[in-house]
Amino acid sequence: MDKGLQNRQAGLSEILTKDESSLLADWLKEMSGSVRRSDLIKESELRSESALFLKLLRQGVDSGGYDIDGAAWQPMRELLAEISRSRAQQGFTPTETATFVLSFKKPLFKAIRTRFEKDADALATELWSATALLDSLGLYTIETYIKTRDAVIRRQQEEMLELSTPVVKLWDGILALPIIGTLDSARTQVVMETLLESIVKTNSKVAIIDITGVPTVDTVVAQHLLKTVTAARLMGADCIISGVRPQIAQTIVHLGINLLDVTTKATLSDAFRLALQRTGLSLGRTSNHTAQKTA
Amino acid sequence: MAVISSETIPVTSEPDIVFVRRRVRETAAQIGLSLVDQTKVVTAASELARNTLIYGGGGAMQLESLNGPRLGVRLTFSDNGPGIPDIQLALRDGFTTGSGLGLGLGGTKRLVNEFAIESKVGQGTKIIITRWK
Repeated sequence: MDKGLQNRQAGLSEILTKDESSLLADWLKEMSGSVRRSDLIKESELRSESALFLKLLRQGVDSGGYDIDGAAWQPMRELLAEISRSRAQQGFTPTETATFVLSFKKPLFKAIRTRFEKDADALATELWSATALLDSLGLYTIETYIKTRDAVIRRQQEEMLELSTPVVKLWDGILALPIIGTLDSARTQVVMETLLESIVKTNSKVAIIDITGVPTVDTVVAQHLLKTVTAARLMGADCIISGVRPQIAQTIVHLGINLLDVTTKATLSDAFRLALQRTGLSLGRTSNHTAQKTA
Repeated sequence: MAVISSETIPVTSEPDIVFVRRRVRETAAQIGLSLVDQTKVVTAASELARNTLIYGGGGAMQLESLNGPRLGVRLTFSDNGPGIPDIQLALRDGFTTGSGLGLGLGGTKRLVNEFAIESKVGQGTKIIITRWK
């Protein structure tokens, strides 16, 4: 390590040690004017976070220099990760989260200026190192913030995939699978698995796949439907596709998809009636009900 | 012919295809296409977006709404993929180099009013479709 860098670190470290209490006070004052969201975070909590940040900043500067990826900065990285995670959950914006770190610049620069008042050269160098250091720490909080958000989004996507493919039993031996939304490859896999498992579990003979909630049936969706129907047939269950709306029917014809081997119906109730027939059942009005109506 | 609005949507992942469909549907509804025509142009967009992603290795779609002489939507899909060596063959129903039904290109042509395709092997493919009101 060259002597200049050593001196600089010594300078910053000294400032952080000597002026710790005044830095903290200035910083908290600075934050109360700009970023402190008293509706979202308690003053005492912010104070303890800030004090810990200062302590870890000094430790980092003392032992590991300015490279925040180093082992010496591990506790600091953990603190920032924890802060940005909790801020993301509390409803802070990314800007507000990063400003927690960046707002420390003002009090720190003030302290540096006081100390190097007489030495313009040292002042410039010192300011540059301090700003680079705080910037990288600020960016680190943003990065963690985004990672936390991404993880939440990914989890929700997976949950939605599970949620959105329920298989319901309409009658003994008759299953219905209402599909809502996009039928992409990942979704089809889940649909097919849950349907085939339910066929075995409930010993069903007819499965109705309802596509009323599928806005677009293109060749890939059609292919996925055909595969599902074929798989169900291999397991001894008949499939009926229901919910084919007029515009979907016309589009399928223009695309040239052959669905002639598959039984299709316009509505779920038509499909259900057919399913009852196929399993040897029928629904009818009871005479009792008719009597009530005429009375 | 005047272009009323124009936007470019990247096509680089499966969720992008969902977004393409949504934007095309919104635009088609805005210029007053009937429900059947909306569905047709959205389905065509879905086919081409998927081709752009799977065969073209990703690209982009330009979405324009047109005025004059009639209202319409024009979609331009472009990629820098391997290109199509034999366009006539690619348009034939049932032909595919992948694992699909082989109906995407030919079917798309039947779903829209105008269909133009340009492709250079090794350079990429550009497909322009228009659906008039």
